[in-house]
Amino acid sequence: MLAKNPTAQRFIRLFSALILTAGCLSSLTAQDATREVDGREEAFDAGKMIMHHIADAHEIHLIGDLVVYLPVIVYSEKGLDIFSSKRLYKGDKRHFEHTAPDGKVSREHYYRYADYAMYHEHIYLADADGSISFDPESGEVLNTAVMDFSITKSVFGIFLTCGLLLYLFITSARGYKKRKGQAPKGVQSFMEPLILFIRDEVAVPSIGAHKADRFMPFLLTVFFFIWIANMLGLIPFIGGFNVTGTLSVTLVLAAIVFIITTVNGNKHYWGHLFWPPGVPLPIKFILVPIEVLGIFIKPTVLMIRLTANITAGHIIILSFVSLVLIFSEAGVGAEIGVGIGSTLFMIFMFFIELLVAFLQAYVFTLLAALYFGDATQEAHH
Amino acid sequence: MLDVSIGTVFWSTIAFLAVAFILAKFAWKPILASIKEREDSIESSLKAAEQARKEMSQLQSDNEALLKEARLERDAMLKEARDMKDKIIAEAKEKADSKYDEIVKEAKGAIRNEKMAALTEIKNQVSELSLEIAEKLVRQKLESSEEQKKLIDQYISEAKLN
Repeated sequence: MLAKNPTAQRFIRLFSALILTAGCLSSLTAQDATREVDGREEAFDAGKMIMHHIADAHEIHLIGDLVVYLPVIVYSEKGLDIFSSKRLYKGDKRHFEHTAPDGKVSREHYYRYADYAMYHEHIYLADADGSISFDPESGEVLNTAVMDFSITKSVFGIFLTCGLLLYLFITSARGYKKRKGQAPKGVQSFMEPLILFIRDEVAVPSIGAHKADRFMPFLLTVFFFIWIANMLGLIPFIGGFNVTGTLSVTLVLAAIVFIITTVNGNKHYWGHLFWPPGVPLPIKFILVPIEVLGIFIKPTVLMIRLTANITAGHIIILSFVSLVLIFSEAGVGAEIGVGIGSTLFMIFMFFIELLVAFLQAYVFTLLAALYFGDATQEAHH
Repeated sequence: MLDVSIGTVFWSTIAFLAVAFILAKFAWKPILASIKEREDSIESSLKAAEQARKEMSQLQSDNEALLKEARLERDAMLKEARDMKDKIIAEAKEKADSKYDEIVKEAKGAIRNEKMAALTEIKNQVSELSLEIAEKLVRQKLESSEEQKKLIDQYISEAKLN
């Protein structure tokens, strides 16, 4: 049926070829992954690989040996130090046997440069001999951690997102100035429906028409920041940013929401919080603590929801990759077969993630707007 | 990922707030203002169009009223004209009639006069003729009565020819 159409036929053939190539490629990567350095072959650990990819890093690993080293900025009792992370990664790499508290022994490594040692992307002040020591019971690092203000992968992702935001919206704003009163064009025409969506579907229904104006700049910024950062994390070969899946970032966003809500809370809001009307006195004693807790829980939930959703998406896609790597041990046939299947699933997941990228930005903005609306609501009874 | 790093918090706070302030001043404010302005202008244009439409229909109904009035006036004028025409014709007819009567009357008078004159003349001639006939009759009376009769006829026919 489909085969009768030559274009469809060609498309199917091309698509199958692509999937097959992707499958073979992923199997090749799998072989690479199992061949660890030092001549020692180590079994592929999916959990470790996934965690490594979604965690922050001091470098951006593009593809193969192509790595962008980011600046390390540390502050400790030794003072402020700025150097390239290449000095760590390409410097003194030390391996050791690490015994976990449960008795499991694994081969680990850390990097050392000058007074610093980096273990699992955390930078510590190294011991006098340049090593790091562990607490034998808890397995925690005993060395003092430095204040790490490095431009890490996530921070770089934030800057990239901010740069894109500035470029996109200052261009749009210029469009409005240039074509005053005319129909939008270019970037401007792509952004205007989204801006209107935030204003008319998010801000105005939640906050009310005349009070919404005050919150519009924040809501727009937060929506586009989250959306663009989410999408940045979906682009392959640029290092797999996980900006909005980083708790530190969502913490900042949620904290700003909390501050704006608290600062803008009017008499009616605080009155309802500390002295809920129309409720018998004993109930008030139960309700007030819950309400007070609520003002902290609300932004916390915002923070966790965003991080969890974005990280989960990354984990799923990485899991499909891992699947191929795991099956690579069962032979080339299984490898390619699973590779094709995984690639198909990954394509499907990428589409879902595109939706989630928008959805989570929308949900965060909508809930923030609802909290602002709550805080500024006037008495109506 | 799940541990909070002070560096990321520091940089993201600075970056986010800076971008939020820059965008608020240089992007959101002009963009929202322009959108609002455009919406207002569209709304006012729609209102103006509605107003114009109303005025148009008002004008149309005015026109219709005017047209109706004009038509009525025209009808009235036509009626007046027709009346005037009728009146003039009637007047003219009356005048003509009276003139006719006068002329006829005059003519009749003239005819009567002529007739009278003619009759008088005829009477005169008849009497003259009668006198002549009587004279001739008297002259021939003596010869024969037959001859007399013939002669009278002959005279009479002669007289007729005159």
